[in-house]
Amino acid sequence: MLDCGMHMGFNDDRRFPDFSYITQNGRLTDFLDCVIISHFHLDHCGALPYFSEMVGYDGPIYMTPPTQAICPILLEDYRKIAVDKKGEANFFTSQMIKDCMKKVVAVHLHQTVQVDDELEIKAYYAGHVLGAAMFQIKVGSESVVYTGDYNMTPDRHLGAAWIDRCRPNLLITESTYATTIRDSKRCRERDFLKKVHETVERGGKVLIPVFALGRAQELCILLETFWERMNLKAPIYFSTGLTEKANHYYKLFITWTNQKIRKTFVQRNMFEFKHIKAFDRAFADNPGPMVVFATPGMLHAGQSLQIFRKWAGNEKNMVIMPGYCVQGTVGHKILSGQRKLEMEGRQVLEVKMQVEYMSFSAHADAKGIMQLIGQAEPEHVLLVHGEAKKMEFLKQKIEQEFRVNCYMPANGETVTLPTSPSIPVGISLGLLKREMAQGLLPDAKKPRLLQGTLIMKDSNFRLVSSEQALKELGLAEHQLRFTCRVHLHDARKEQETVMRVYSHLKSILKDHCVQHLPDGSVTVESILIQAAAHSEDPGTKVLLVSWTYQDEELGSYLTSLLKKGLPQAPS
Amino acid sequence: MAAHLKKRVYEEFTKVVQQQQEEITAKKLRLTKPSKSAALHIDLCKATSPADALQYLLQFARKPVEAESVEGVVRILLEHYYKENDASVRLKIASLLGLLSKTSGFSPDCIMDDAINILQNEKSHQVLAQLLDTLLAIGTKLPENQAIQMRLVDVACKHLTDTSHGVRNKCLQLLGNLGSLEKSGTKDTEGLATRDVQKIIGDYFSDQDPRVRTAAIKAMLQLHERGLKLQQTIYNQACKLLSDDYEQVRSAAVQLIWVVSQLYPESIVPIPSSNEEIRLVDDAFGKICHMVSDGSWVVRVQAAKLLGSMEQVSSHFLEQTLDKKLMSDLRRKRTAHERAKELYSSGEFSSGRKWGDDAPKEEIDTGAVNLIESGACGAFVHGLEDEMYEVRIAAVEALCMLAQSSPSFAEKCLDFLVDMFNDEIEEVRLQSIHTMRKISNNITLREDQLDTVLAVLEDSSRDIREALHELLCCTNVSTKEGIHLALVELLKNLTKYPTDRDSIWKCLKFLGSRHPTLVLPLVPELLSTHPFFDTAEPDMDDPAYIAVLVLIFNAAKTCPTMPALFSDHTFRHYAYLRDSLSHLVPALRLPGRKLVSSAVSPNIMPHEDPSQQFLQQSLERVYSLQHLDPQGTQELLEFTIRDLQRLGELQSELAGVADFSATYLQCQLLLIKALQEKLWNVAAPLYLKQSDLASAAAKQIMEETYKMEFMYSGVENKQVVIIHHMRLQAKALQLIVTARTTRGVDPLFGMCEKFLQEVDFFQRCFIADLPHLQDSFVDKLLDLMPRLMTSKPAEVVKILQTMLRQSTFLHLPLPEQIHKASATIIEPAGESDNPLRFTSGLVVALDVDATLEHVQDPQSTVKIQVLYPDGQAQMIHPKPADFRNPGPGRHRLITQVYLSHTAWTEPCQVEVRLLLAYNSNARIPKSPWIEGGEVSPQVETSIEGTIPFSKPVKVYIMPKPARR
Repeated sequence: MLDCGMHMGFNDDRRFPDFSYITQNGRLTDFLDCVIISHFHLDHCGALPYFSEMVGYDGPIYMTPPTQAICPILLEDYRKIAVDKKGEANFFTSQMIKDCMKKVVAVHLHQTVQVDDELEIKAYYAGHVLGAAMFQIKVGSESVVYTGDYNMTPDRHLGAAWIDRCRPNLLITESTYATTIRDSKRCRERDFLKKVHETVERGGKVLIPVFALGRAQELCILLETFWERMNLKAPIYFSTGLTEKANHYYKLFITWTNQKIRKTFVQRNMFEFKHIKAFDRAFADNPGPMVVFATPGMLHAGQSLQIFRKWAGNEKNMVIMPGYCVQGTVGHKILSGQRKLEMEGRQVLEVKMQVEYMSFSAHADAKGIMQLIGQAEPEHVLLVHGEAKKMEFLKQKIEQEFRVNCYMPANGETVTLPTSPSIPVGISLGLLKREMAQGLLPDAKKPRLLQGTLIMKDSNFRLVSSEQALKELGLAEHQLRFTCRVHLHDARKEQETVMRVYSHLKSILKDHCVQHLPDGSVTVESILIQAAAHSEDPGTKVLLVSWTYQDEELGSYLTSLLKKGLPQAPS
Repeated sequence: MAAHLKKRVYEEFTKVVQQQQEEITAKKLRLTKPSKSAALHIDLCKATSPADALQYLLQFARKPVEAESVEGVVRILLEHYYKENDASVRLKIASLLGLLSKTSGFSPDCIMDDAINILQNEKSHQVLAQLLDTLLAIGTKLPENQAIQMRLVDVACKHLTDTSHGVRNKCLQLLGNLGSLEKSGTKDTEGLATRDVQKIIGDYFSDQDPRVRTAAIKAMLQLHERGLKLQQTIYNQACKLLSDDYEQVRSAAVQLIWVVSQLYPESIVPIPSSNEEIRLVDDAFGKICHMVSDGSWVVRVQAAKLLGSMEQVSSHFLEQTLDKKLMSDLRRKRTAHERAKELYSSGEFSSGRKWGDDAPKEEIDTGAVNLIESGACGAFVHGLEDEMYEVRIAAVEALCMLAQSSPSFAEKCLDFLVDMFNDEIEEVRLQSIHTMRKISNNITLREDQLDTVLAVLEDSSRDIREALHELLCCTNVSTKEGIHLALVELLKNLTKYPTDRDSIWKCLKFLGSRHPTLVLPLVPELLSTHPFFDTAEPDMDDPAYIAVLVLIFNAAKTCPTMPALFSDHTFRHYAYLRDSLSHLVPALRLPGRKLVSSAVSPNIMPHEDPSQQFLQQSLERVYSLQHLDPQGTQELLEFTIRDLQRLGELQSELAGVADFSATYLQCQLLLIKALQEKLWNVAAPLYLKQSDLASAAAKQIMEETYKMEFMYSGVENKQVVIIHHMRLQAKALQLIVTARTTRGVDPLFGMCEKFLQEVDFFQRCFIADLPHLQDSFVDKLLDLMPRLMTSKPAEVVKILQTMLRQSTFLHLPLPEQIHKASATIIEPAGESDNPLRFTSGLVVALDVDATLEHVQDPQSTVKIQVLYPDGQAQMIHPKPADFRNPGPGRHRLITQVYLSHTAWTEPCQVEVRLLLAYNSNARIPKSPWIEGGEVSPQVETSIEGTIPFSKPVKVYIMPKPARR
């Protein structure tokens, strides 16, 4: 099973997947060999405790070490909000999260893990968030690559996704931005920094609502390095809690970050922020410029909303929305230009501060998806994690550019793929060497014919020479001989006919050994040709051609040759 | 072309080396020849096991073998080769054969037959490969012998079918290096058909082993290097290799495609799946562009680098590289660059306040979108955004080269370069700033671009800021607002980083002289003049104000109307700045201000300059009045020295000459003073105190002469003679003083001898200049030389004493251009009261930043000295890479000095200063001593002494005792 996510939009049973699709009835463990989690976003791992503890699954769960570290923090946070704040019942408990995490097995990048006798998995770097991975799942010679979410353009703290040319049978790729080609990230970053810098220089305060993990760290790095470079003094704050714990893991998993951070961490770990400090509620009223990262990202509740209400009245201040906002949230309202907001209690909040939108998203765009397909060279592509309409476009493009089949199944739909699995056949060295000795080196461009016996035994295949096969199977060798009579109209004597046949064959089969034996027969290699007068019609001679099974090719050629008749002898 | 040149240079270089080696080896031959091969033979016979034999061979390989004994050694080795059963020993022998055949002076054709012979009987693949390598060495050694080459090529072709990739690799290498260059059309007389090497190599492009494929491509490239014109047909083969599974194959294939595209740029190739045809160079460009988004970064770097040198590509394709069609939900979107441009042309500044400022506009026809770029599309966009900074740097470099050859492309790539100013890696930022400077002739910055460029001025890295200043020096700005913006940002920079002062002033100088008409309307505002009211006079020492004035005065140079806007104090300030910062402030024609303009008229040449005249006169006065009474001479010298020193302080152009002459006069003064001492005739025991003064004088003269010789750039030979002469006098003085103060004669013998040697050396070195030294000390000395050689030390001393008194004062001819080397340590500033704390026994790194002026070859001469309070001195040799060369005659030393000491009880100051190391022998390469064999040749590069040439800076440090 690939990923075990949840739907953020629902608060009832629909929020978790319906696992009965897998089992009908019976235990999940019997149906699944393993579960693979690509990264720690809740839409990819949110249902994990429910799945393993409440539904019941005891098999291994594979994820990368950063995911393994950060995932429980997020799950716990999510549980708190759902249970403690919203008071939901029938939800997984902290203990369940812990129990679930005990079943996790860590997979490192490019490490091949043998799940059982047949199944093996391998992780590739995917960018997107810390620890995000793409997985190659392989059984025998057939393989599937599941990308999870990935990003083909590097950002300030993560590198770009990369996969080798593994030529899987199927590539399952996300397609969030199936119809988008994005601009250079540099412009975005520059705009962002410029706006923050200007506001701070003016003495204004900047509010950046973010979700605790992922983009927040990128923006922190961005501002931190900018502050460092420009020697700025204005304070930057980060709302506490979840983020601090997560930042700790970012510091630890340096190998999963980008080149710059990896190379400089010996001097200084980039995630040990010099300018970014923990936020305290009281700081919001401090005079002077400051930059605050606050959660949650859509300004719908919590600290970010509180700060927003405090600062909204001053036109010197600025709020920067670094991501998408769902309809109905304050974030969405102000982005669509609303300047007067109704808050709870019939208050009207007038927004005088500047509102900026800046898209920092870490999914591959259409070009990136195409680039990954180009890198992996799959036989089939399957699009998931996107909107059907947009996928339709991408599907058409993929089929057109790569000439591979592309699928976009809806939920619950099953796709059947034809594959042509290659079956390995062992060949005995002796046979191979004998063949090599016969002819020139194998030429990649021309197929060669090789004779041997295929032995299928205990589900493995071997190609051996026929003698060896006989020996192994304890069988006696049978000689199989074909004989064929060819009628020739020739009035001459038998000996003369034989001579004519001999000279005819000699002239045609130049690279074979044609001999005329003293007993009046002709041999071509091991094929014997004898002539006798027809018992009824003396004008007709009967040629007896006899060859063994091994010489079938030559023998049949010879008979067809003889059947055409001899050339008119010079009289 | 460049490759060819490089090769030729390399060839010449190697030839020279070979000849030298022959000379050297020629001497030792007799000694070692008989023992060498014989010993090897014995060793190998003794060897009981292959491991033993291998050991002997390894030992043998460590020592060089002379050309004449090579053959014998080779015979022995071959003999053992035939006997040997162990493959590893045979392998070693084969490799030794290769090494030996490389010996210069040995002609390896005699061992070739044997090598080919054993090759035919060899079974082990590894040994085969090694033997082929040996043959390659032999073949390259005999490039003229056609027959041998042909034979070797034949051998290689035969083994091409080997099953081991190593053997095939070597065969291909051999073919690439030795394959005949002529086309196979000519008939070979010996019956050996000249093979079409290209075709043979080309067949191995589809080998099953990636290493062999790579070797095949490399061999092809090697053929190209050697001057064979590759056939166009391999282009298609190479294109197929671009999609190879292995990165080294792709990397080599990219190179091959580039080579072909340079050979046949104009030939036409069809585009597959359409009827169109394009130029080959365009097609290749497109293909290489595609490789910029390859999976392997090695290939990406390679591709990005090669793009830069494809200048024949048509502009249509070139501009595509910066093109990336944006879309959002299938609707066309404009890039941020396009938006910025539009905003600018519509006269608006970016408001950025709207969400959906970048909202997608028109719908796109789904069929028309091409997600896989056909060809060049967006190659640089990808390259500049790459994950690895190596790729980004390569892309920036390529961008630079292409922009230099195409002005229209330069204009287009500007936006992207400006974006790179914000890269996360400093090297990339620096590189893009440099690139921008190189193409700045072709471009004019828009205001919004300038804005981004200027934002980088706040960067904390000094290199970046200085590079940016250099860039601004040669940038074209389009509007007066632009100039104003630049000035404001530069002033901001100045307040933030005061150390950038000089660089900023210089930058404003060029900015002003480039844009006089744009500065003109800004003048009243900049000088804050008011039509009716007098404004307060700004502080003349304010660096910011000086910066503004530098800009205005340089603009005023070509804008005669500007001075009319100046207020009174501006003119005064002009006069002041013209004197104090004459390199930044040009001479202006100021109407009605005679006082100012006459003081420094721009037309006065240096030699007409009154100060120059003064210098000449005062020097002449000294030289002419040499027969005055001693007292008078001394006084005159003292006055003149004082005058010269003052002059040097006032007139910066003459500082070098004035100081140089003053130093010389100082030496003379010291010499006269030392000789004037009344007590010369007093008996030795009473003389002790007196000698102190005389020997101190001698020592100081020595020091001063070294300074004169090595601290000034532009010192010519005629001055060097005089300086050496003065030094000789000082040495004579020293000898006399020692003779008087030491008892016994024995030590004197040595000293006398040494002195006479030095005289001899002087004569040899400066024989051409001796006629100019009429009547001088050395002139007389040389006259008496035969007598001196034979006389006793006491006598020598006596003669020297009289001669020193009688000798005349030599006239020092003034050199044309002379500058005193100087250094200023910018960092550490020496103002910190906080001691640098570190654990004793460990080291602390101290950043040192210094500017050096007029230092020749600073990499080898400039050293850093650290003086600890206990008198311990430490000399540090900075790495050559720590020196940067920002301009002619200027150097910048940015390095780290490691300090360490045992624990102290309290913080104390260490002194850091710069030293100029010198070695007087280096000036005269053929020193007689070296030939004498006493001194090893390494002395030439060693340091004879050092001259401190910067003010010492005190650094407060505190080594703490280590915590247990």
